[in-house]
Amino acid sequence: MNISKLMGAAEDGHNEKSGVVDISRRRFVVGSAAAGAGLMVAMQLPLGSMSAHAQDGATEVNAWVLIDPDDTVTIRIARAEMGQGTLTGLAQLVAEELECDWDKVSWEFASPAESLARKRVWGSFATGGSRGIRGSHQYVREGGALARELLIMAASKEWGVPVAECTAKKSVVTHTPSGATMTYGELAATAATLSAPDSVTLKDPKDWALVGHSVARLDTVDKVSGKLQYGADVMLPGMLHAAIHACPVHTGKRSSYDASKAKTMPGVRAVVEVGDDAVAVVADSWWQAKKALDAVEIEWETGEAGKVTSESIRQMLEQGLTADDAFVGNEHGDVKTALGKSSKTLTADYSYPYQNHAPMEPMNATALWTADRCEAWVPTQNGEAALETVATAAGLFPEQCEVHRMILGGGFGRRGAHDFVEQAVAIARQMPGTPVKLLWSREEDQRRGYYHPTTRSRMTAGIDSNGKLDALHVRISGQSILAFFRPALGEPEMDPVVFQSMAPEGDHAMIYSVPNLLADHAMRNTHLRPGFWRGVNINQNVFYMESFVDELARQAGADPLDYRRELLKESPLALAVLEEVAKKAGWGRKMPEGHGLGLAVCKAFGSYVAGCAEVAVVDGKLQMKKIWAATDPGFAVNPQQIEAQVGGSFVYGLSAALYGEMTVKDGAMVEENFDSYPSLKLAQMPEVEVTVMPSGGFWGGVGEPTIAVGAPAVLNAVYAATGVRIRNLPVKDQALA
Amino acid sequence: MLKLMVNGKSMEADADPSTPLLWVLRDHLGLTGTKYGCGIAQCGACTVHIDGKAIRACVYPASAAAGKSITTIEGLSEDASHPVQQAWVEIDTPQCGYCQPGMIMAASALLSENPNPTDADINQKMTNICRCGTLPRVREGIHRAAAIAAGDEGAQS
Repeated sequence: MNISKLMGAAEDGHNEKSGVVDISRRRFVVGSAAAGAGLMVAMQLPLGSMSAHAQDGATEVNAWVLIDPDDTVTIRIARAEMGQGTLTGLAQLVAEELECDWDKVSWEFASPAESLARKRVWGSFATGGSRGIRGSHQYVREGGALARELLIMAASKEWGVPVAECTAKKSVVTHTPSGATMTYGELAATAATLSAPDSVTLKDPKDWALVGHSVARLDTVDKVSGKLQYGADVMLPGMLHAAIHACPVHTGKRSSYDASKAKTMPGVRAVVEVGDDAVAVVADSWWQAKKALDAVEIEWETGEAGKVTSESIRQMLEQGLTADDAFVGNEHGDVKTALGKSSKTLTADYSYPYQNHAPMEPMNATALWTADRCEAWVPTQNGEAALETVATAAGLFPEQCEVHRMILGGGFGRRGAHDFVEQAVAIARQMPGTPVKLLWSREEDQRRGYYHPTTRSRMTAGIDSNGKLDALHVRISGQSILAFFRPALGEPEMDPVVFQSMAPEGDHAMIYSVPNLLADHAMRNTHLRPGFWRGVNINQNVFYMESFVDELARQAGADPLDYRRELLKESPLALAVLEEVAKKAGWGRKMPEGHGLGLAVCKAFGSYVAGCAEVAVVDGKLQMKKIWAATDPGFAVNPQQIEAQVGGSFVYGLSAALYGEMTVKDGAMVEENFDSYPSLKLAQMPEVEVTVMPSGGFWGGVGEPTIAVGAPAVLNAVYAATGVRIRNLPVKDQALA
Repeated sequence: MLKLMVNGKSMEADADPSTPLLWVLRDHLGLTGTKYGCGIAQCGACTVHIDGKAIRACVYPASAAAGKSITTIEGLSEDASHPVQQAWVEIDTPQCGYCQPGMIMAASALLSENPNPTDADINQKMTNICRCGTLPRVREGIHRAAAIAAGDEGAQS
């Protein structure tokens, strides 16, 4: 299969295990779902989007737009909101075309069950790969534009005048010749009875009045008042709480357990088996459940997986660096011949560890199961896939189920996998008619992750007689996320996604022009579950590439900026963001002893991003002073939120670069909480200055690309300051002087 | 029966006295604005005030709070009007927002002790974790809140 096609298919499936809901496979039932007793309960319960939903009496103009008599516009959002601001950006795109008053815009989440009943009218719910906006901007804008046309048609009908004589602006339709006006609230009911036109013309980006301008997020006030209910905060009448302990060795099973003591403890209602690898305690409060769970003695059957260690994995990956078999992801010219003719060759090995997502809100889901109905309250990055998981775990058809989508307390890719949903439903199924909230402890969250895979890389460069880079071989050895989630997509040993930022073309195209290039991957999988982790494979690939390019520049005695300029002759947009950070940082200025500047640049998720870090190394201790960042996402929907995402990328990315390492002992992860898996705090956080420089004409992602430039920019700056080259992440306590 | 003074109201909870205050607030009193993040006082998502001082409720036995004045995010202000909340809204600080109640409670305790903190003061006192990465706007927000509390005219817009 064509690599770029395969890569596109893989990215569409980003964060989806069960992925696409196969509607045709299931019997299509509308109405029968309303019969269950569960729904009777649920009718009295809050909806999934507890912070906002359309008022009773709102009129649905079309699937995207609901309007109240008081002109409040509620925009439906299919993609997840996990902090990245997509909710507000998507609402901007709809509102831009709708020509509504932004001050009266509210939102609600589209329902996965309703999506099923309405033939996926909202498209995909999958939220990953920085695709929330770039993957849906076209149809959400059309949704807004068609709703506007319906409102104008309604006015034309009310007045008995031609549509062409009416215009819409700020939630008011005006009949231009007479000056008559009607508000959207007055027109919505009529508009809802009309048939939408077959097509609609979208605005020219130069005419955007809302998109491209900074607006406040729609979800902030409830987040600062403490009123917003996350999944972990769900409270239902008669609800019980569950704590769970699954086998810490992935693929391991529960062999036996003794719950006799736990069953006598206060508040305990049940001790239940979950799947073949976990035990849960259900109690009146979570603390009671957790204390009782700690008193359950569980024996695990872990087999060969129980013998795996970080060292055994390291040895396996090391072997992949020189293996004959490797899947070629990008090749042009003839690297082997070119390397043979080189005046000089340089080789360096790098490594990147396992990391956990560790969102602040641990995994959780609340489920209510009866024989003919199952509802779940889920913080999920993919409502449709969550619905499929609920149905399967409940033993019901999807039409008998509903997923109430919650705002996520962080996702970073973790909440695209729904193991915790499966568990919650499995527990609720053993307590028919009683809602049960399953909340993982932080320790459980650390032990049962879908980790950023560990990889190692051998970088080999051939330099010609003019001192120019003539050949580059990137060998990556390590685990494949795709092989775990979508084994059917390609041959077992082929994973094109591992070449993100080194691909031949597309959203993750290699930006550097090298006459002879070979990037290949020796797949080395372990029993540990890998997952899509904010930035995915760019985290290691850009660290490898940008560190090694810095090494090549230093070896050539060249300035790292000049060296990159030469290699970026065919990548003007990448060069532009690089030049921007260099200019802002004052690249080339004289630095005090022990201080240094470092650069990194890449193309990822369709966007061009660069960073320049200033560090000081004092008494062997790293101080990150400032980072200048530049992002060209093509179109920028909400610049102040792009700035927030870019700034945040350095917190997440540098936490990983400095401290983020999950180590393996006896087949299980060692780091169980933030004391051993730390995160950057304000005292370590550098100042960040962001330039958002949208060049227009394309839609790039925002939440992830910048994460990859933090580590190489900082570590190239460390080299500039000290001459010490860090090739293995995390930095932790490696000597810097 | 545990008797607690929370957000100016006397409340009772049928919980074991050794239960961490966090779980009494959340599961017994329904005050879910205070979040669980780590359970070992590392992340600060559970930060509340006891007699005006910031504490981490996940390791604070509920019985130790008896007779003291407990303030949670729900009681910091009735309408998100505390200067820290105003600044947070003005700057759009939260991303996912899950850590923000704790962040706001830590920041408000800092400002009540030190109305005009320097960056070094902030570094020393603000040790909460935010995985999304709001830290740059948390710092900016604390300086802005200090200005709002000091009566900065431009702050009320």
